Amino acid sequence: MPAETHTFYEVMRAQGTSRRSFLKFCSLTAAALGLEPFYAARIAEAMETKPRIPVLWMHGLECTCCSESFIRSGHPLAKDVILKMISLDYDDTLMASAGYQAEAILDEIPKKYPGQYILAVEGNPPLNEDGMFCIVGGRPFVNKLKEVASNAMAVIAWGACASWGCVQSARPNPTAATPIDKVITDKPIIKVPGCPPIAEVMTGVITYVVTFGRLPELDARGRPLMFYGQRIHDKCYRRPHFDAGQFVEAWDDQGAREGYCLYKMGCRGPTTYNACSTTRWNGGVSFPIQAGHGCIGCSEEYFWDNGPFYQRLSPIAAGFGVEATADEVGGAVAAVAGAGVVAHAAGSIVKHVYGKKRSGTNARSGPDEGDRP
Amino acid sequence: MSSITTPNGFSVDNSGRRMVVDPVTRIEGHLRVEVNLDANNTIQNAVSSGTMWRGLEVILRGRDPRDAWAFTERICGVCTGVHALTSVRAVEDALGIKIPANANTIRNLMLATQWAQDHLIHFYHLHALDWVDVVSALKADPKATSALAQSISPWPNSSPGYFRDVQTRLKKFVESGQLGPFMNGYWGNAAYLLPPVANLMAVSHYLEALDFQREIIKIHTVFGGKNPHPNWLVGGMACAINLDGPLAAGAPVNIVQLNLVSSIVDRTIAFIDQVYIPDLKAIASFYKGWQYGQGLSGRNVLAYGEFPVHANDWSDGNLMMPRGAIVNGKISEVLPVDLRDPNQVQEFVDHSWYKYPNEAIGLHPWSGITDPDFRLGAKTVGTKTHIRQLDEAAKYSFIKAPRWRGHAMEVGPLSRFTVGYAKGMPEFKEPVDKLLKDLGLPFEALFTTLGRTAARGLEASWAAHAMRTFHDQLMANLRAGDLATASTAKWEPSTWPAEAKGVGQVEAPRGALGHWVHIKSGKIESYQAVVPTTWNGSPRDPAGNIGPFEAALLNTPLADGTQPLEILRTLHSFDPCLACSTHVMAPDGGELVRVQAL
Repeated sequence: MPAETHTFYEVMRAQGTSRRSFLKFCSLTAAALGLEPFYAARIAEAMETKPRIPVLWMHGLECTCCSESFIRSGHPLAKDVILKMISLDYDDTLMASAGYQAEAILDEIPKKYPGQYILAVEGNPPLNEDGMFCIVGGRPFVNKLKEVASNAMAVIAWGACASWGCVQSARPNPTAATPIDKVITDKPIIKVPGCPPIAEVMTGVITYVVTFGRLPELDARGRPLMFYGQRIHDKCYRRPHFDAGQFVEAWDDQGAREGYCLYKMGCRGPTTYNACSTTRWNGGVSFPIQAGHGCIGCSEEYFWDNGPFYQRLSPIAAGFGVEATADEVGGAVAAVAGAGVVAHAAGSIVKHVYGKKRSGTNARSGPDEGDRP
Repeated sequence: MSSITTPNGFSVDNSGRRMVVDPVTRIEGHLRVEVNLDANNTIQNAVSSGTMWRGLEVILRGRDPRDAWAFTERICGVCTGVHALTSVRAVEDALGIKIPANANTIRNLMLATQWAQDHLIHFYHLHALDWVDVVSALKADPKATSALAQSISPWPNSSPGYFRDVQTRLKKFVESGQLGPFMNGYWGNAAYLLPPVANLMAVSHYLEALDFQREIIKIHTVFGGKNPHPNWLVGGMACAINLDGPLAAGAPVNIVQLNLVSSIVDRTIAFIDQVYIPDLKAIASFYKGWQYGQGLSGRNVLAYGEFPVHANDWSDGNLMMPRGAIVNGKISEVLPVDLRDPNQVQEFVDHSWYKYPNEAIGLHPWSGITDPDFRLGAKTVGTKTHIRQLDEAAKYSFIKAPRWRGHAMEVGPLSRFTVGYAKGMPEFKEPVDKLLKDLGLPFEALFTTLGRTAARGLEASWAAHAMRTFHDQLMANLRAGDLATASTAKWEPSTWPAEAKGVGQVEAPRGALGHWVHIKSGKIESYQAVVPTTWNGSPRDPAGNIGPFEAALLNTPLADGTQPLEILRTLHSFDPCLACSTHVMAPDGGELVRVQAL
């Protein structure tokens, strides 16, 4: 097998993308980044000379729902992400090798591509019992996680586990399961919460980084604004029923059959930031509220301890119908979170746009940052 | 020890070279396996260790039992939904809640969907690389590959151009020097037996199956809103049905969604019967001489039964998949199984990282104790935080050792088919007999790694056709005017008894799954799950019986003593799920769950 490494461009060509389409892609990329046309050539040059971005996907305490969600992506197909966009060099759910042949990859890639690979983390490390509630290769997962993170360009926290802790960190958190940003403190981390996150949100984040050569704009808590900037309630197709005071009062009642609002059944849509009501799930087929069950708030921190799930959030008085509380506008836009982090594709040429001051965004400090119950 | 014979009849010798496989990849969760090899690189001892622990059951204490499905669903995202279904069944059992016919049918349909999708993913994406040499596919003649494909299936993606295109892409991918998930694989190992044409066909279908699997689970999205982790409901399903009137379009389930489900069912049947099954048979035909991995299959097998035809009836005769146990290889005798009987399902911990006051005995889940005890044996090589070799004479796994009437038992598709076969049920007997006949293999060949893999394929086909049955049943019931999906009579905790116990059972894709719940004053007092990989991945018990993984690995020769290819092949034939199998711990290290039987 040749040791030679091919470039992003060569792989795109090999997978059937024409030179013409490739150059068009570079022009669009430049335009999307707000760059002068001159930069299209620079992007093309970068992509012609850089390898596909290596991704090391590690698993801690988790249930693998994030991996399963990822392979549900319809656009792009997971197959195309893996074959064309990134080089998924380590993922214990899919990789052919095992044992020390697998572990060797976690040593080799950071040495071969220092500062140039993405660490994707599914699950989280438990800290009790010296970390030995999650053992990989005979050692605590947390040790390996820190080692691999130390040379990464950026870190993606897949799902509620890596982002917030999720179910194993619910009260009383017996293993001291800990979100990864508590143990990786010197790297930019993109949090993509949800249990699991929506497939197209996951591939969307990867595509964004690979295509535009920068991290997406993040909110104050590290989430991509483009997917977590609005509450599910804000764009819910049942919102008119909420505003009209038409609620499901019991399971399978007439209101349930007519698609009335699920607020009284405990729906967390009004306090949950996610793209379920817009992007929807599994190719746009439906989403939890459309399928008749309230949102359980799975992309929010502490959602497991904010239950019971069927207890409504608060009594409805005037309703917090039409934006009773405006989203707070925070200055803490994501710029700080990942300044200087640039993916390989477009190289450093796009760096200057990344940290560009933005104003008038709807970033917020987050009403859901509330106290742990 | 050097060489001993276990009470369940296996000869074990740990004197040879020790080989450690950690992590075992292409599974759910974290598993470590150690084996001892003799001078011929044949496995003489096997040690299976679950190396993760999350504590889901303790987290459930004190919570609303109606929420338990959501917590337990997160035990596993691969066989997503199965724990949720088990949980709602356990709570309904405890509280005496009867669900409507449509809810039963929709649940059956969702579970069969899960079987079909999970088995498909397992075969192509978790297991195939144990049989299929990806690099060898580069040497295949696309025309000959096409001829092979067309000789075994009417599946339309089978032209020489199709396979040439896949091969070209694969070639460029390999030549890129970035092998991604195929890096450091065991390509060229002598244990790979397929010719290049079969490898290219299988690699092509690996990619096609990856695209198609996401279609199957859209059925979960219709009824449960999302996948992974669809929503369930104690008392039925939340997906209200509306077929008429001005607001039907906004209802969870309407004629459009039902049509989508029907279309997916048809496509699932086509894919499994025209791609999965022919590939399985083709691969098996080249590996039929590789007869290893029997372990406990055909000897001690357990199935809880599944797919109640009529709602709320768990009697043997109402279950489409049979219930029963077979011990000591007596296929002629299927024993009755009762999950409530304190003498049947019991868990032991003397080789698990938990402690009991008396570790010589096992405990039924309703009276279970889970108290962590992460201690390594005296002969462990390494340190607490850097284990080089486990000491199997001591505690060595986060998996407990469940036993049925004292026997280590294998669970899963092969066990289900074995029970069905033993009961003489034609829907299980006929496909097994036909497959064996087509391959020219005797009945005993069923009880191998290959047989375990084959049974999963046959079951995927069974499940796909069952999906059609369930969809038809749902439509017939709707046509008869019954739209009900949920029972709310006992929704409010005020209607519940002060104290109640229940058990929920499901045949998950990986095997028999049970949840035992104790509800007190409207809250969960205790919760225990005994899951398929707890059975299959079980460590030793006080009597010295080894578990199914360990037994199945014995006596298997490795073609290359540095590469664990055959170990992965046999382990994967069980489809291990480790996040499921590991138990709970106490919040402060103290004793956790001690419930007296009522």
